[in-house]
Amino acid sequence: MNENRDVVKQRAGTSPKEREAELSIRMPVDIFEDETGITVLADMPGVSKERLDVQIDNNTLSIQGTTEIAMPDGMEALYADVRSTRYQRSFALSSELDGGKADASLKDGVLALRIPKREEHKARKIEVRTG
Amino acid sequence: MFRSLNYLNGGLFDDFRRLEREMEQLFGAGPWPSGIRSVARGTYPPINIGSTPEQVDVYLFAAGLNTESLDISIQKNLLTIDGQRRLITEEGASYFRRERFDDAFHRVVTLPDDVDPEKVEASYVDGVLRITIQRRETTKPRQIEIK
Repeated sequence: MNENRDVVKQRAGTSPKEREAELSIRMPVDIFEDETGITVLADMPGVSKERLDVQIDNNTLSIQGTTEIAMPDGMEALYADVRSTRYQRSFALSSELDGGKADASLKDGVLALRIPKREEHKARKIEVRTG
Repeated sequence: MFRSLNYLNGGLFDDFRRLEREMEQLFGAGPWPSGIRSVARGTYPPINIGSTPEQVDVYLFAAGLNTESLDISIQKNLLTIDGQRRLITEEGASYFRRERFDDAFHRVVTLPDDVDPEKVEASYVDGVLRITIQRRETTKPRQIEIK
């Protein structure tokens, strides 16, 4: 934990929440919307299903995961682009999305999350009357 | 677990972090820092390399890869990885964010001199490509018996 503490020490001016966020990776996402809902795709390489945590609470979508990578004993680092074992990102949802019906899947480190719109919010064609 | 690889101390890296932090404060990107953006900003895919006396392991953090698109080759101690990740664009959907990598990539890694290019294995698990290269017998530390 020594190395970890050193990193934290350098950020003495920041709050614990900030520190935690800084030590985790903000993974890249694609987000798109169609008529029936919103899809979030997130790259989280190294995260297995057991170590993935997706929560929707109070209209906040929170995605977290930790990496688990097979390594031989006594391995020393020669080079590291990835310096954290944790992914974290959160998004505010709007009320027309039905978090209770969200569906998530994980394949090869890509999280696919689908949040449908509530029935009454699905786009309706509005008739324009004449006369 | 991965700590020894992840918390390598790098002065340059810390400088980047500081710069990123200052930029964010300047442009007011919200009360919380965005974290390490090495994935979003660095060269794709990010790589970690670890070694033991027996082997060198190269880890590429590349989620959602079609392994058939990969071309891994090694010449002496130079490991080259070519590949591509092409994303499918949803027709008729409106995109709010498109941050994920969608292109071909090419990375070259210089390995220690004593690796054996004949003994290379690769596996792909949970979006991490791991390439293991054995080191030559002669360079492994040997116990010397005192008579």
